[in-house]
Amino acid sequence: MDIKEYISSGILELYVYGALTEAESREVSRVLKEHPEVRKEVEEIEIALQKLSTASAPYNPEALLTSIRSKLGDKKSIALPTQKRTNWVAYIGWAACLLLFVGLFFLMQDNNQLRDKLNAERARAAQLEQQIADARDDAEKAKDLLAILRSKNISRIPLQGQAPAPEAYATVFWDQEDNKAYIDGKELPEPPSGMVYQVWSLKLDPLTPTSIGLLSEFQEDENKIFTLENANQSEAFGITLEPEGGSETPNLDQLYVLGTVAAAP
Amino acid sequence: MQQDGLILELQNGNQRAFERLYELYSESIFGIIYSIVNDEKIAEEILQDVFLKVWNNASSYNSDKGRFFTWILNIARNASIDELRSKRHKNKQKNLTADNFVNVLENSTHFSSKTDAIGVKKYIAILKPVCKKLIDLLFFKGFTQKETAEELQMPLGTVKTKNRACINKLRELLAE
Repeated sequence: MDIKEYISSGILELYVYGALTEAESREVSRVLKEHPEVRKEVEEIEIALQKLSTASAPYNPEALLTSIRSKLGDKKSIALPTQKRTNWVAYIGWAACLLLFVGLFFLMQDNNQLRDKLNAERARAAQLEQQIADARDDAEKAKDLLAILRSKNISRIPLQGQAPAPEAYATVFWDQEDNKAYIDGKELPEPPSGMVYQVWSLKLDPLTPTSIGLLSEFQEDENKIFTLENANQSEAFGITLEPEGGSETPNLDQLYVLGTVAAAP
Repeated sequence: MQQDGLILELQNGNQRAFERLYELYSESIFGIIYSIVNDEKIAEEILQDVFLKVWNNASSYNSDKGRFFTWILNIARNASIDELRSKRHKNKQKNLTADNFVNVLENSTHFSSKTDAIGVKKYIAILKPVCKKLIDLLFFKGFTQKETAEELQMPLGTVKTKNRACINKLRELLAE
């Protein structure tokens, strides 16, 4: 291609005007990119035309840029803020999520604390109920005892301390009508572990001991009043310390207390 | 000189690049618009719309199709011609009608650049009638080569060569 001829053909002026068809324009663009002198020529034509049309402007419209800029701002404030807004939505979402979890955490802690408190209160209430029940039982027992003591059919047999425990003391309240013996063991020492007190009904002539029962759960019983069946014609009562479960015959070495029944009036 | 870097920046949404391009092209484009609509206020409105389009549609400019100046030129001429066809413009009392850029230039008291002003004034003074018509249609009105040839009853090739001569004269005078 003869570049000089190409330039002088006048096609470049039409190219700058935009008077060529699209295909022709694309062709010129291609040539322009390959040939610097064509590019230079196009730029010179363009500058001359710009000067010509600039001269046709009534004034320099530079002041207009401010209002155009504000409209670019509008465009941006539509374009960017949507981005920003999505960001905010995301931020708010995450923040809400975080808050929710923090809130849930505290609620859970609160809940756990409340549950602990409730359980503690329940335990206390149960304890109190137990105490009330115990007190009622005790009162019941005391009332029963009182009734027994007031009964005219009761014989009171004091049992005095013997060799192994001179300080020991016990009382048998014997209801001969109902064949019941109430043993007050309040003044008996605690039996060593693995041992138990055994109560004996005694015939004196000849000396025949008959077991009437064990003072089981001695430690646990607050009143230390034990009710035993006694259908014997007892002349005396004795309490010995025996291995757990009791013995067939009393171990007289371990006879703690002993007392005889006063002759019936 | 075409600012390829600036155009790329513009296409990336750089507002400073846009402002620089506005400085480079706004006055010449304003001249084109004003030559068509002959009303400063309307020309300003159109200029605004044109540059907003430049901003919003920057990505549609492709240097394979032509010059950036030509691209804006097309937007400006189309917007101005749309205005001429609009009801508002038809209803408007037109007191001063300039037939072409020469009338505008002759009536103008404004020249942004003194050196260019002298050249352009000299140019207008010696401008041949055929050049006046060619430049008016091709540059200011946006006629195609073919349309111009038909309008002026001139062979296609003659439009090209005669116009070349007209522009060469302008360049000569501006270079003085």
